[in-house]
Amino acid sequence: MSFAQLLDEPFVHTALLAGAVVAVVSGAIGIFVVIRGMSFAVHAVSELGFTGAAGALVLGADPVVGLLVGSLAVGAILGLLTVRGRERDSAIGSFLAFGLGIGVLLISLYQGYATQATSLLFGSIVGVSQRQLALLVIVAVIVLVSLSLTYRPLLFASVDPDGAEARGVSLRLISVVLLLLVALTTAEAIQVVGVLLVLTLVITPAAAATRLTARPGLALVFSICIAVAATEGGILLSLLKPYPTSFFISALSFAAYVVARVLGARRTVRAGRALAGGVETDEDGTVVPQTSSAPIA
Amino acid sequence: MTAGAPVVEIRAGKLRFGGRTLWRGLDLSVAPGEFLAILGPNGVGKTSLLRVLLGLTTLTEGSVEVLGRPPARGSSSVGYVPQQRAFEQTLPLRGRDLVGLGVDGHRWGLPRPSRGRRSQVEATLESIRAQSYADAPLGLLSGGEQQRLRVAQALVSDPSILLCDEPLLSLDPRHQRAVVDLLNARRLDQETAVMFVTHEINPILPVVDRVLYLAPDSWAVGSPDHVLTTETLSGLYGTPVDVLRVRGRIIVVGAPDEPDSALGPAGHAHEIERREGDR
Repeated sequence: MSFAQLLDEPFVHTALLAGAVVAVVSGAIGIFVVIRGMSFAVHAVSELGFTGAAGALVLGADPVVGLLVGSLAVGAILGLLTVRGRERDSAIGSFLAFGLGIGVLLISLYQGYATQATSLLFGSIVGVSQRQLALLVIVAVIVLVSLSLTYRPLLFASVDPDGAEARGVSLRLISVVLLLLVALTTAEAIQVVGVLLVLTLVITPAAAATRLTARPGLALVFSICIAVAATEGGILLSLLKPYPTSFFISALSFAAYVVARVLGARRTVRAGRALAGGVETDEDGTVVPQTSSAPIA
Repeated sequence: MTAGAPVVEIRAGKLRFGGRTLWRGLDLSVAPGEFLAILGPNGVGKTSLLRVLLGLTTLTEGSVEVLGRPPARGSSSVGYVPQQRAFEQTLPLRGRDLVGLGVDGHRWGLPRPSRGRRSQVEATLESIRAQSYADAPLGLLSGGEQQRLRVAQALVSDPSILLCDEPLLSLDPRHQRAVVDLLNARRLDQETAVMFVTHEINPILPVVDRVLYLAPDSWAVGSPDHVLTTETLSGLYGTPVDVLRVRGRIIVVGAPDEPDSALGPAGHAHEIERREGDR
């Protein structure tokens, strides 16, 4: 089948749609994950989501349900343990290792097709059914609505936990809410790129975006755009060449990251120069704004 | 409230933490516009005292009032300047955003830009003369600039009380003075009371009205000349402590973990104290 013919196939449309939905959610939540330095927690949630899915397979249930249950349970636990984001690295590591061990056991007990497990590990975007797509959309709406309801305190608690706490933001509540949203997002992303490549949608685009701008809202938009471009581009490329979709998505996402780093380094130098030129410090250490940056009325 | 009525009033305050009494029988009254320094060794409950006033920790015994009422979490009349801690270089945040979070960062929902909000942020940035770097990435600013913006965040809600937790830590003397001048101007112009936790009295000595000295088993409050003396500190610690005055600076010798060790492990130990406060 030619590329043009493939583009007319309903399964391709479903894949592109599913990819876009997942990418928007991953890109949005990724910004908060990156600000809080929680890549490892995302990885843990993803691998333990796999354990949940493997458990569901053994029980003969829908692996997607197992995935959601597994990620949410771990997300809730980690949310309670990691109130200030960066702590409890070793706690996460311990949970992750044991959970994955159980996952391995469950897979060995599972008598069905090994492809089910493989598609969990590496993703299977082109195999998404209409029913799965509907579930993806429902979960995405839940995450995006929650994110917009909690946006301000979530940003405050993520960039400045001390200040946020003093203004009455509950760091624990925010931490748990965020981890639950991360769990839902991860369960979504697993269905596109698989357990092992979740970070390519949840971390890489956001990490790239934070190199491009210092405006939090804009960083969120950039992150979503990069995630969507990498996902859709990856799906289209996999129609041209018979390599795994996940590979293409991760390659595009990483390319965006590298470009962003290069641009970001230039931006940092420019900003540094602007600061050195724009601020004068007198002998008292008082910063005197130059006439060009006079107070705005 | 009437002019001159205390903004903070603690009576017979006692705070226990992790099976240990941090302080007890604490009586403290802070007047509008007063600059109060809170000194004492690590783990003695200085940060915890601020947390009580922020409504994040409750007293074990005694009573506390902030602006005539029990402390309320997230009150906009209380500003808080946390310890200087560097922001990461790639943090997607500008000084302007940090100050803006002080206006409405605690509210649910998406940002709602408005002219009123913008001018509130702009006026505060102007008052600390930070407009020239307010749009640069926060992580690229110097520690002093970052700390001024933290002060701006605390001031943007126009508080009657400013609680500062070691805001000068790891700043060089020039930037220390800039931050202190900022706080001093604010309390002189607007009668905002300043409660300032520190290990190092000297940078703020010229502006301090009174000192609250917390020791492991006792406390003292009064003017620096009354509290920071050999007699008072020896009495507080129950062991000989010498207070020397050299060229307008105060040096305490012999107290466990005192100001002159502030550059050493003190900051780290303080970090532990505040972690304990999370639980």
